[in-house]
Amino acid sequence: MIEFIEIIFTAGFWAATIRIACPLILATIGEVLCERAGVLNLGIEGIMSIGAMVGWMTVFLGADLYTGILAALIIGGLFGLLHAIFTVYLGASQHVTGIGITMLASSLGFFCFKLILPASTTPPKIKPFQPIDIPFLSELPFLGPAFFQHTPFTYLAILVVIFAFWLMNSTPLGLSIKMAGENPMALEAQGIDVFLVRTIAVVLGSALMAVGGAYLTLSAFDAFYFGMINGRGWIAIALVIFASWKPERALLGALLFAGLDAYQVRAQQLAGAVIPYQFFLMLPFLLSIVAMVIAAKRTRYPKALLIPFRRGERH
Amino acid sequence: MIKFRLEERAKSPYWLIILSPFIAILVAIILAGILIVLAGANPFESYYQLIIGAFGSKNSFAETLARATPIILTGLAASIAFRAKFWNIGAEGQLYFGALATTLFGTGLVVLPSILMIPFLFIMGALAGGLLLLPLVLLKLYYKVDEVVTTLLLNFVVVLLVSYLLEGPWKDPMSLGWPQGKSVVDEGVLPQILSKTRLHLGFIISIFFAFSVWFILSKTVIGYRIKSVGLNAAAASHAGVPIFKTVLIVALLSGGMAGMAGVTETAGLKGYLTLDLSPGFGYAGIAVAMLANLNPIGVIFSGVFLASIYVGADAMSRAMNVPTYLADVIVALTVLCILLSLVFVNYKILFFRVKKE
Repeated sequence: MIEFIEIIFTAGFWAATIRIACPLILATIGEVLCERAGVLNLGIEGIMSIGAMVGWMTVFLGADLYTGILAALIIGGLFGLLHAIFTVYLGASQHVTGIGITMLASSLGFFCFKLILPASTTPPKIKPFQPIDIPFLSELPFLGPAFFQHTPFTYLAILVVIFAFWLMNSTPLGLSIKMAGENPMALEAQGIDVFLVRTIAVVLGSALMAVGGAYLTLSAFDAFYFGMINGRGWIAIALVIFASWKPERALLGALLFAGLDAYQVRAQQLAGAVIPYQFFLMLPFLLSIVAMVIAAKRTRYPKALLIPFRRGERH
Repeated sequence: MIKFRLEERAKSPYWLIILSPFIAILVAIILAGILIVLAGANPFESYYQLIIGAFGSKNSFAETLARATPIILTGLAASIAFRAKFWNIGAEGQLYFGALATTLFGTGLVVLPSILMIPFLFIMGALAGGLLLLPLVLLKLYYKVDEVVTTLLLNFVVVLLVSYLLEGPWKDPMSLGWPQGKSVVDEGVLPQILSKTRLHLGFIISIFFAFSVWFILSKTVIGYRIKSVGLNAAAASHAGVPIFKTVLIVALLSGGMAGMAGVTETAGLKGYLTLDLSPGFGYAGIAVAMLANLNPIGVIFSGVFLASIYVGADAMSRAMNVPTYLADVIVALTVLCILLSLVFVNYKILFFRVKKE
């Protein structure tokens, strides 16, 4: 039994937690941005998928890894813009638009992948981001291998999260985004364009989701597989609700979730073949549902979430 | 600076309502045509191949209708749910649950004469689909847990459960290592309705259910309640519509339809359960329902249309060397174009000039 507790005291467990958390954190913060502005973005799963594909393909075709991230960022932003045109400017159903965006982004990604690589049975590989040692800190016992020997993409993701916090909490734009999701009429009365604010939030948020997808192909793994997002986008949406739409809680939620995931992989190895592997793979999805039920009582949705803003109409 | 706003139409012209899905499909096909050009093929020839592949022979036509069978049922599942603004995106999981029920009851546990066995399997499949949705709808009604996310997440759980059962306790020992379930007993197999093709009774059954759902939605009190909950739940509640009961019925009907799609695939097309039973029929149902503007009779036509895209794209892919994923792209584009056309049907777009101060 003691082995199951010892897992938590290995540096490998903490390093894996960070690795699993990174794409989730990026996607969750992206979704928080969208929803705080009043726009549910169910395009997340597809946007992560095409971000993973475009980031990987850019590098595969000869560009460097940072250009790969940039390419994912741009494609994510473009799909965000499409989502915003539909849901913000035209007031179409946010649910159906999101599902449509997920279908379009993932199928377009697969189509382009097959177009460029028609006959690849085993997915080709790229040289992904390599771990770098942070001077001095990486030599610390336990803490070094756990937190200071990650890839540059990991540290970049942390910087992005800090940027998102700063944007949301300390800038006029952040305040406008929050107001667009709570009381758009009041924002309009201030002479601020609600449509524009919501669009900026959705474009930025979607770009983050795509970068989260690219983390999988450029840092965590080295190839693109169909279906590699495997519900991470939907889990991110559950985490947003669990976090009550607060970015800092979303960060904690994603870390907690990743920790449980890293733990189950190790526990699975210890448990051997006693419990079929499928049940371990179900855990993240079941945990997400449980997290939503736990959060349900104190859930306070952004007031204008799902409500299209129409100029000259009162709600 | 020019701005615009949307003004709700008091009454949409009929020609616009009828024409809009066709325009949406046309736009989607033109946009996808650009991708065909990018793939280095002639779009006109490619679409010709697609149509031939879907309708060109008795066999291909039968294949299209066979493919439409589960899509019509999942389309009905989405239509019922979306009418009440109950966002059941879990048809994929419910389909597999229906297939599990078919395997549990249909492979020897119960053997009845065909005339009873087939309805029995459909009832069991519908119950299984509804049962899967039941805890989620109760969570929504009691704790306001968002059903969009829970239904989506449960799809993954169910597929993993099927994977476990097919690799473990339910694996057919005669299947030479392939993870597949035992064959459905002869009494339960849906008979062929066109000789030497894969078209089976399930197609007729799915059309029967389309008319049944149409009847329920437009001719009964419960149908009226479902519509009123979707339009404005608060107002419906004021008017005395029992919200709790109505949403519960919507969920059971919707899950039931999707569950029966699992029956038609297991007892009709394949004869046994496999892990790749559904290449996304649950999600295709959403597109079908949107294309039909949530009209159950319309679902029959949009279901056949979508099936023809999937079946035809396989043939086109072989002939023109365009990746089959084009079919999924066309379907996704159709969903978005339909949304766009709905905006034009329901709203007038007014442009106006804003003077800068």
